[in-house]
Amino acid sequence: MGVRPSRRLAVFLAALVAALFLFPLVARSYSLYLAMQILILSVFSLGFNLLFGYAGLLSFGQAGFFAVGAYGCAKILLAVPNLFLGLVGGIVAAGIVAFLLGILCVRHTRIYFSMLTLAFGMMIFSIALKWRDFTGGDDGLVGIPRAPLEIPGLLTIGVANLEQYYYVVLVVSLLSVLGMYRLVHSPLGLTLQAIRDSESRAEFAGVPVRNYRLVAFTIAGLYAGVAGALLAPLENTITPPIAHWSASAEPVMATLLGGIHVFGGPIVGAFLFFMIKDIIVRFTQYWLIWLGAIVVILVMGFRGGVLSILVERLMPWRPTRPMVTRRKA
Amino acid sequence: MSDLLRLEGVSKRFGEFVAVHDVTLFIPAGRLTAIIGPNGAGKTTVINLATGALAPDAGAIRFKGDPVTHLSIHDRVRRGLSRSFQIMNIFPRLTVLQNVLLPVLCRRGRTGVALTPVEGEREAVAEVERILGEIGLLDQRDAPAGALSHGDQRLLELGIAIAPGPELCFLDEPSAGLTPVERATVLELIRKLFAERHTTFVIVEHDMDVVFSLSDWIVVMNRGRVLAEGPPAEIRENREVREVYLGEELTA
Repeated sequence: MGVRPSRRLAVFLAALVAALFLFPLVARSYSLYLAMQILILSVFSLGFNLLFGYAGLLSFGQAGFFAVGAYGCAKILLAVPNLFLGLVGGIVAAGIVAFLLGILCVRHTRIYFSMLTLAFGMMIFSIALKWRDFTGGDDGLVGIPRAPLEIPGLLTIGVANLEQYYYVVLVVSLLSVLGMYRLVHSPLGLTLQAIRDSESRAEFAGVPVRNYRLVAFTIAGLYAGVAGALLAPLENTITPPIAHWSASAEPVMATLLGGIHVFGGPIVGAFLFFMIKDIIVRFTQYWLIWLGAIVVILVMGFRGGVLSILVERLMPWRPTRPMVTRRKA
Repeated sequence: MSDLLRLEGVSKRFGEFVAVHDVTLFIPAGRLTAIIGPNGAGKTTVINLATGALAPDAGAIRFKGDPVTHLSIHDRVRRGLSRSFQIMNIFPRLTVLQNVLLPVLCRRGRTGVALTPVEGEREAVAEVERILGEIGLLDQRDAPAGALSHGDQRLLELGIAIAPGPELCFLDEPSAGLTPVERATVLELIRKLFAERHTTFVIVEHDMDVVFSLSDWIVVMNRGRVLAEGPPAEIRENREVREVYLGEELTA
């Protein structure tokens, strides 16, 4: 073998990142908008998959934390025109809410956990809808400015136009991906996977299981918050449907499309999600039906998601590693 | 001999069913104890009570002199009390190495390390490799644990149980479902670990050959109570024990 396989992967990833940085030179604003949506859903789904693929907890309420991030960022930007404060504020708010609700949610697992997250997600949706004075009710928050990104004494960047904002989304997303990659390959990542495989064995290995579930839940909430906070200045308007349970289904779909047991699965899935949606929407407004059908076919025919299949085809040395095995033990 | 573990008047009921009734049991350090008894005698329940998987309805549990009755499982593990399971309980999607790495990282307080690669935990990995060498699974270190043969999974389970470096380790039917050859391997391993690691083992077993060849002390349970205890020779001669449990197996 001429080039080492891992080297080839590194070259591919470097090229991909370079292409993402050069993208605004060739792309029109619609493509840029789409690229940002994909990046945002990637971050959102990566956080979701830390809970699902790594810790074994299926959350149906992630849109709630996404919305906390979005509304938090929007409220700050409407009061103080500084994107840095908006992003940090939105993310921290989402993390705090996830931590507090997580204390209750991680007491349960399986379907009970899923139902609790669904209920809490819908509670956040109700708050967004009903607390008119703060959230604007069903009109939402409008006129959210793409205020300059200001870190006092360090830098000030104007992000008013779409290209400039694209770079903010790109850099934050890449940092999030890098952070998640390091996390899942760290001792903490191993601990979460062990809990997923056998809760009782992990507890008897000395792991305070519930605390670690709470850590995973909070990090997933933070990632949802990052995604939500990035969305607010992009859309300029934030409305309650982003907190709805059907919005919680998006990272679930993206992750299932791409693959839950491969690190990059949620990212590939987010890409596919928007591509499929973009193509189908041209033919029919009932695009969700078709997307649903495609997910069903992929889940049944390509167990483990698209990226898992690709990994097994293109990188036959990988499947021996349990991270990507499809076989259920 | 100092008592490592003391169960004092411990009881546990599930609804109407009394699983364990007023059991008092002292496990001294350095004595390999076996708990035997017919199905439903309460053996596994005793393990669950001692290790914290179940809370007793009455009675007290002391480990190394400290009351641990209400401590969580992981706190007891940290104090040196571990176990293996009757039904296979490993991490099937992790590698063999990672399976044993978890308890080692845990004992070293490294499971919360979030941003550096797990391969960087050199000391922990070296310790795991030593353990894998002891249980004879070193050449399979990178195999997914779920792909191991049943016998090797049993060995791995033993490895996970001793990895926290326990002073007292319960083994719940360590030879269940094994071929005679594998069973001999597991028994030899338990004997070796007992001699080399200063770990006190308490085994629950059905196989009488295993029990009588391995243990220094036998506790016989029946219907949730301790029927008799003593050295193997004494238990072998105990009339009551023979009637309720051992039957013809030993009189022949």
